[in-house]
Amino acid sequence: MPFGLAIGDLFGYTGSLGANPVEELQDRFGNWGLRFVMITLAITPLRKITGKVWLLRFRRMLGLFAFFYVLMHFLNWLIIDQGVLWSAIVEDLVERPFITLGFTGLVLLTAMAITSTNGIRRRMGKGWDKLHYSVYVVGILGVWHYWWQVKSDVTEPLIYAVILAVLLGFRLITRRRTR
Amino acid sequence: MLIRKSSDIRPSEITSEANYLNRRDFMRGGAVAAGSILAPPALGAVVPEDIRDRIPGIVESDFSTPETQNSYEDITTYNNYYEFGTGKADPAVYSEGFEPRPWTITVDGHAGKTGTFDFDDFIKPFDVEERIYRMRCVEAWSMVIPWVGISLAELVKSFKPTSKAKYVAFETLNDRERMPGQRRRSLAWPYREGLTIEEATNPLAILAVGLYGEVLPNQNGAPIRLVVPWKYGFKGIKGIVRISFVEDMPPTSWNVSQPREYGFYANVNPKVSHPRWSQARERRIGAGLFADKIPTQKYNGYGEQVAHLYKDLDLRRNF
Repeated sequence: MPFGLAIGDLFGYTGSLGANPVEELQDRFGNWGLRFVMITLAITPLRKITGKVWLLRFRRMLGLFAFFYVLMHFLNWLIIDQGVLWSAIVEDLVERPFITLGFTGLVLLTAMAITSTNGIRRRMGKGWDKLHYSVYVVGILGVWHYWWQVKSDVTEPLIYAVILAVLLGFRLITRRRTR
Repeated sequence: MLIRKSSDIRPSEITSEANYLNRRDFMRGGAVAAGSILAPPALGAVVPEDIRDRIPGIVESDFSTPETQNSYEDITTYNNYYEFGTGKADPAVYSEGFEPRPWTITVDGHAGKTGTFDFDDFIKPFDVEERIYRMRCVEAWSMVIPWVGISLAELVKSFKPTSKAKYVAFETLNDRERMPGQRRRSLAWPYREGLTIEEATNPLAILAVGLYGEVLPNQNGAPIRLVVPWKYGFKGIKGIVRISFVEDMPPTSWNVSQPREYGFYANVNPKVSHPRWSQARERRIGAGLFADKIPTQKYNGYGEQVAHLYKDLDLRRNF
């Protein structure tokens, strides 16, 4: 739905992307990617607190939404911002640490997206679990990427950092209890 | 007497009727006072209502660029003015109630003439010129903006700086009641900037008081702001209340906030990248979603007028 709104804004139907549309799209896609990662991470704690097991059914879908928005964020950068100028792209990936972090997060999300079907999950067994635990790393990389990108106002990355700390902290605490 | 170039249709007249009327209403408060005082007495008596927002007597300048100017809408809705919020659209929204009059400017330090001046007396002795300049933000976007302003060089000379005045320091208003963004420490308030005395007396530097022939909107730094087109935009301090002639290099806000990323000189230079992004290319606002970035020029293309100031300076170390 946020994607629909972005397209609507692009063509002036639902609003406007403002004076710097590339930047605005980059910002929106990145934000929704982070949000969906957070929402996905919130499923397990919610399930544990409310006891509603059916919540788990949405986790894959939400994870895929996260992948979608992060992919859009990356493609917006690659195609529209960088104009597929490979020399500049490689330089950015290698020399700007915050971009390296972001790209790593995308790679992990892609790996998880490709292996998200039931069939592959069954065939991968324990390996699948290990791979999909990297969603914790993705959360950390995403927040770090955002934090490193802002000029001086760290308010938004800070909010995400706090949410992430709560979601990951919850898992740490509950693990200790079940031991 | 308004001397205008080529096209008779002012770009501001092309903006939608609603926008234009809203703009005029919103500027009327400050503009009426400014317009009637900036106008020579003969004109002031008979200025018709719809050009009272305009600044009369504007002189053209050879320093203006013929490039396509950005729309009034872009220039006034995409701003970095943290005193009114850190989002690009914030200053237009949160500066709406800001009253740029009455306004005083204090001049102090190593100068023959110092004191505190009312804005209109401060401006009165100088020609008001239109300078259409490129503006390059450190964030790697740029615009072409038709400023209206006075020569900083003329102003500086009129205050007779002594030989001890090696730098000119500027300071913005510090008032969290009137500038809601200052209630957060996104930067250390008040905003400060500075130039060397040679930079301040370069013919390109201006103190802008208007935009598109009309009084400067609040979000662009009303009533008066610095424009130094060969440097990154953050050197263009807005809402100036103090100008000081000092002996030592003055502190500048972004350099104080992140010394590894923002320097005193901040000359536009595609070869000196920001630690976190390249400065080789820039996005021209208004060019459209699929427009390519354009290559950044050293000194933002103003090398002819300013390169000589830096011939002995290592630009990589003095970024």
